Amino acid sequence: MVIVVAYTPDSSGEAALAYGIAEAKRRDAKIVVVNATRGDALVDPRFAGESAVGTVDSELASMDHEITQPIGPDVSDLIISEVERTGAGYLVVGLRHRTPVGKLIMGSVSQRLLLDSPVPVFAVRPPRD
Amino acid sequence: MDALNGLMDGFATALTPMNLLYACIGVILGTAVGVLPGIGPAMTVALLLPITYNVEPASAFIMFAGIYYGGMYGGSTTSILLNTPGESSSVITALEGNKMAKAGRAAQALATAAIGSFVAGSIGTALLVAFAPSIANLAVKLGAPSYFAIMLLALVAVTAVLGASKLRGFIALFLGLAIGLVGIDGLTGQNRLTLGIPLLSDGIDIVVIAVAIFAIGEALWVAAHLRRRPVEVIPVGRPWMGKEDWKRSWMPWLRGTAYGFPFGALPAGGAELPTFLSYVTERKLAKKPEEFGHGAIEGVAGPEAANNASAAGTLVPMLSLGLPTNATAAVMLAAMTGYGIQPGPALFEEHGDLVWALIASLFIGNLLLLVLNLPLAPLWAKLLRTPRPYLYAGILFFASLGAYAVNLQWFDLALLLFFGLLGLLMRRFGLPTLPLIIGVILGPRLEIQLRQALQLGEGQWSTLFSEPVAVIVYVVIVLLFAAPYLTRLVRRTPQEA
Repeated sequence: MVIVVAYTPDSSGEAALAYGIAEAKRRDAKIVVVNATRGDALVDPRFAGESAVGTVDSELASMDHEITQPIGPDVSDLIISEVERTGAGYLVVGLRHRTPVGKLIMGSVSQRLLLDSPVPVFAVRPPRD
Repeated sequence: MDALNGLMDGFATALTPMNLLYACIGVILGTAVGVLPGIGPAMTVALLLPITYNVEPASAFIMFAGIYYGGMYGGSTTSILLNTPGESSSVITALEGNKMAKAGRAAQALATAAIGSFVAGSIGTALLVAFAPSIANLAVKLGAPSYFAIMLLALVAVTAVLGASKLRGFIALFLGLAIGLVGIDGLTGQNRLTLGIPLLSDGIDIVVIAVAIFAIGEALWVAAHLRRRPVEVIPVGRPWMGKEDWKRSWMPWLRGTAYGFPFGALPAGGAELPTFLSYVTERKLAKKPEEFGHGAIEGVAGPEAANNASAAGTLVPMLSLGLPTNATAAVMLAAMTGYGIQPGPALFEEHGDLVWALIASLFIGNLLLLVLNLPLAPLWAKLLRTPRPYLYAGILFFASLGAYAVNLQWFDLALLLFFGLLGLLMRRFGLPTLPLIIGVILGPRLEIQLRQALQLGEGQWSTLFSEPVAVIVYVVIVLLFAAPYLTRLVRRTPQEA
């Protein structure tokens, strides 16, 4: 059994990762953390740098895990191809609050994942404070 | 009209609300393009060349001056926060600057770079006021043979001294000189390199070439490498400096200026050498040399000051002799020719008002940059998130618009694409673009001087050596070529002995 976590270095990504870890422990599954980027800008705040990847890696040290950072034109396609490659049973995504206009212009990766994923999706929201 | 009066008149021109607005636009635009690697001030000025058709010369040059200085400021921001220097002159800044930023002292690094640039830029511009007019006065008396020799020196120096490979430099230079030859020969009326195409007999407009090489070439190159792993940006607040930082920075600023200005003012130009020398000096003089390599503030302050002082110095040969030694100055010179202004030693005499307005706007631009950039640094860092497709789509659009606006004919668009492909190939094979653009601009003028000299000398080649200045310059050129081999020889002999 494999669980794929769509990760970004922010609160919704952390929420997804935390849930993914809990779920993987419960099912005794391998966890695959995917941090994808379009890679078309010099700087992408959703792309985990070396230090952030290191933190995630040490968080997962006790488990069977894998971290990938694919680059391609469409982030949701990249995540779904990771799901297919690993033959995962579940996908975990973090939701973030988006305004309707923002969603209209920029689209929503989590919405695409919910609609396109071949496997069941856990959608997690970061705790409100 | 003496220098000080001229400068005051210049300030009067530059301080009108309209021109202040142009200065602001230039400074903001310049910083923005300086921050983004790959898009430099040269490309921006090239893209803006078409505005010279309906904007007054003084206003256009005030804006270009803002872009020129702004690009320098922006470049240091990128090299400190990302460790990806936008141009070769800020490579040294990245050495210590990025280490400082990683150690959590990004704010201080940015502050010493910005304030150092302001100090060096102001002193450099003041030196420009002091030296340029008198050099122009001397240069007016030079004859065609001397002028030919000095131009040759500039070409050789830009090609052989700057840049890594002489062979690549000369390939680019001769490409540029060949492009400069296209068109009807002014003296004999013969068609040269026109390939039987009548539209080429007017020559190729410099706007088209500059836009193609800088904008289209770069856009195609980026399109070929569109997706790359994003780099990590170091978050930064508002730049500031503590008392200790001031104490450690002010001497490097002054020393950097002392290195930068003379190197910039030489017809050889270039900011690589003075920034490197300043770095080495600061490392030697530092009270805590062990800090170098781990983020020493002196290693940012000195080179950054040297960089800006050399930018001011570059304007000395440009304004007093009409010799550009960096890409932005070359494109600015193209804009001058576009206005029908003949660059050269007579510039101060004939277009004094324009030149002094330009110099005054350098002072104003410098101050604006300091005021704008200290608080806005976090905003500039956000600019780096712009996706490349949006950015380069805009650049391609303005490039095509600009090239078409030159003569309103489709043929220029075809030329734009052709030279854009050349620009892409040059980037692919590591040919520097600077020698090409300087070859295109200086080539025709070099030819005019050569022919004048030969006509006055009744076709005797010996007239080229008839003036003392010319002979000295030729000796310098030979030394430039021989220096690397001589030093190698000197170094080898003791080892063998």
